[in-house]
Amino acid sequence: MVEAGAYPLLRWIVLLPLLAAAIHGVALALLRRPLGRTATLLLSVGAPAVAFVIAFLALIRLIAAPPEQRVLSDLLFTWIGAGSFSADVAFLLDPLSAVMTLVVTGVGTLIHVYSVGYMDDDHREDRGFQRFFCYLNLFLFSMLVLVLGDNLVLMFLGWEGVGLCSYLLIGFWFSDRWNAYCGSKAFIVNRIGDFGFLIGIFLLFWSLAEVDAATVNFRELAEALPRIAEQTVTLPSWLGFLPGAPTWKLTTLIGICFFLGAAGKSAQIPLYIWLPDAMAGPTPVSALIHAATMVTAGVYMVCRLDFLYAVSPGASALIAWTGAITAIFAATIAIAQTDIKKVLAYSTVSQLGYMFLAAGCGAYSAAIFHVVTHAFFKALLFLGSGAVILAMHHEQDIDKMGGLRAHIPWTHRWFLLGVLAIAGFPFMSGFYSKDEILLSAWLAHDLPGHQVLYAIALATAGLTAFYMLRLHFRTFLGESRVPLEQRPHIHDPVQWILAPLAVLGVLSVFGGFLGPSAALNPVPGVAPEHSNSLANFLASALHGAQHEVAFATERWLAVTSVAVAGLGALLAAWLYLWSPQLPARIRTVLAGLHRWVANKYYVDEAYDAVFVRPVVSFSENVLYRGIDVGLIDDAAVNGSAHFVRGFASGVLRHFQSGLTQGYLFLVALGTLAIASYLVAG
Amino acid sequence: MVEKAVALSALLFVLGALGALTRRNLIVILMSIELMLNAVNLALVAFSRQWGDLAGHVFVLMVIVVAAAEVAVGLGIVLSLFRNRESVNVEDVSLLKW
Repeated sequence: MVEAGAYPLLRWIVLLPLLAAAIHGVALALLRRPLGRTATLLLSVGAPAVAFVIAFLALIRLIAAPPEQRVLSDLLFTWIGAGSFSADVAFLLDPLSAVMTLVVTGVGTLIHVYSVGYMDDDHREDRGFQRFFCYLNLFLFSMLVLVLGDNLVLMFLGWEGVGLCSYLLIGFWFSDRWNAYCGSKAFIVNRIGDFGFLIGIFLLFWSLAEVDAATVNFRELAEALPRIAEQTVTLPSWLGFLPGAPTWKLTTLIGICFFLGAAGKSAQIPLYIWLPDAMAGPTPVSALIHAATMVTAGVYMVCRLDFLYAVSPGASALIAWTGAITAIFAATIAIAQTDIKKVLAYSTVSQLGYMFLAAGCGAYSAAIFHVVTHAFFKALLFLGSGAVILAMHHEQDIDKMGGLRAHIPWTHRWFLLGVLAIAGFPFMSGFYSKDEILLSAWLAHDLPGHQVLYAIALATAGLTAFYMLRLHFRTFLGESRVPLEQRPHIHDPVQWILAPLAVLGVLSVFGGFLGPSAALNPVPGVAPEHSNSLANFLASALHGAQHEVAFATERWLAVTSVAVAGLGALLAAWLYLWSPQLPARIRTVLAGLHRWVANKYYVDEAYDAVFVRPVVSFSENVLYRGIDVGLIDDAAVNGSAHFVRGFASGVLRHFQSGLTQGYLFLVALGTLAIASYLVAG
Repeated sequence: MVEKAVALSALLFVLGALGALTRRNLIVILMSIELMLNAVNLALVAFSRQWGDLAGHVFVLMVIVVAAAEVAVGLGIVLSLFRNRESVNVEDVSLLKW
């Protein structure tokens, strides 16, 4: 294990956002006096900006170090210590967490700037403006703890923290019941995943303790894991239908538990249902939490535990297949949505599926590459959609938009860049990262059915181009469906909003050049060791398989994916630009199919019927009416009181006759009884 | 000697107890209680003499003092009862009941 260089500045990356959130919290909750607008802005936008600068300085130090020594750490204190075991509050910056930290603080800062413009009209009396920034800073803190924590327990702390902030921010406009419901839904579905994460931690810790290597520290885990890599567990007989039953590798079981957590946080089948509803939150929240950072935490976790997944092919295969199926499943739902944010939400689910596909194929650096580029273009798209929603006065239905290009030209331009980037337009960021993933699926020979995975990913690329361009055409081009009297009021947003769009637009276009593979580098004559810089940078932190592949193969794959995406784009143009009456005709012909897809395959309803309603009715009829009301309230509390009252009024009260001599007689009897006891005893 | 004194004391005590339990007149009840107290005094004095221990006398003096105080309070209650109800019958004062 490489000795980690101490870097005391690391703690400030994490603590600055916490400090900002704490100051907001004290001002709001204890002093009950909001800070001034300027102070709020300086504090909230300043904290992530400074954190970004520190992260950047640390990155420079990492790059300057030789590849095998690229680890910085900062130990604050020992949190839980017992014997030789300790879980520290310590931060670890290696290439993997450095990339994530830069994305979180960088995109986070931009979105904070954007929020200034977006939340400006929030003049409710509960001081929404400052409360919003307080939550946003708290989120950044939790996310950075998750990313930088050097052990599983600290990571779990951040993991829960981001879940809490996500809940708070989805239900930010809680006076609308629906928003509060969506927040709760996100929280509860995430809890199911967190359960898997916890079980994973326990299993890993317990099985390592069996071989005297109890630890939760990532670097020590990587060292100790080979000791349990060959252990197996026997599944109970009722699980006999599972592949490989009845004996599984222990690491596979642990990996699946962790993946359940990742699937909850990163919205994969079967736990993806919360993310589309999370769009109830303000749009900057959707951009920051539900597109760029928090939902990629699951991918980050899988990559962080790559040493575990490298020795558990079963869990890796599950991840790859789940990712691929989620990718195409969500993409088909996105086609039929009419809410601008819902389309983007399903697109996020689909892109996260891509990332898991790559991670499952062992191409962890490709997954992280897509996390980075996705953070750029999906944040751009969400922020762009927020600008549209502001311009349309909180209308989100693209059926009521159209032709907005003339009114909001700048929003249109930046949004288009995001659309092209996600669709995989050649040499833009999405093109490079998506090709890496397709390539990794193509090359994952030891994965069962990797050709099918590749085909699914390719089809998803076509679908992505189709639904994203459909969204763009329906929103910005074609006939305007906006009511006439509203049209003069549509205009581009303020500079606070346009500036982050511009930065993210540039990043979406050129972000791919962080790590273009040598075969696809448009600049000729770059040596292979200098291209694909991101993967090379990450290589010292990740255990993924390095693949050797002919340039020609890689170029052919790229051409294929661009062709499929182009086909999707053409189809979108044909349906929504050139013959706009066609979609309605298709809809009437395929009414049943359309209703099925537009209603998200009725998955929510199915979950409702299978899980939610039985639980609710069990809680209502058994736990509430039976146990709480019946047993505890009626029997235990009121019952004992009723008994005492009945006994006292039915029996005991007759002893109180009011006749003094009666009492005296009892006293005499009692005395006699005691006296005779004493005498006889 | 002491047997006779104790027997007398027991007799007086039982008489007093029966009087306190059966008579309806409050003044008679008070007198019966006095009788019980003095029965106890007699027993104490008798035992004191038997054992040559003066503690019994001390107790007797104590009981006499307390009995005097008790009679003062008891007669006060009887007096105010009679003023309010024109009766010293104990069965007429049974308001404190369910």
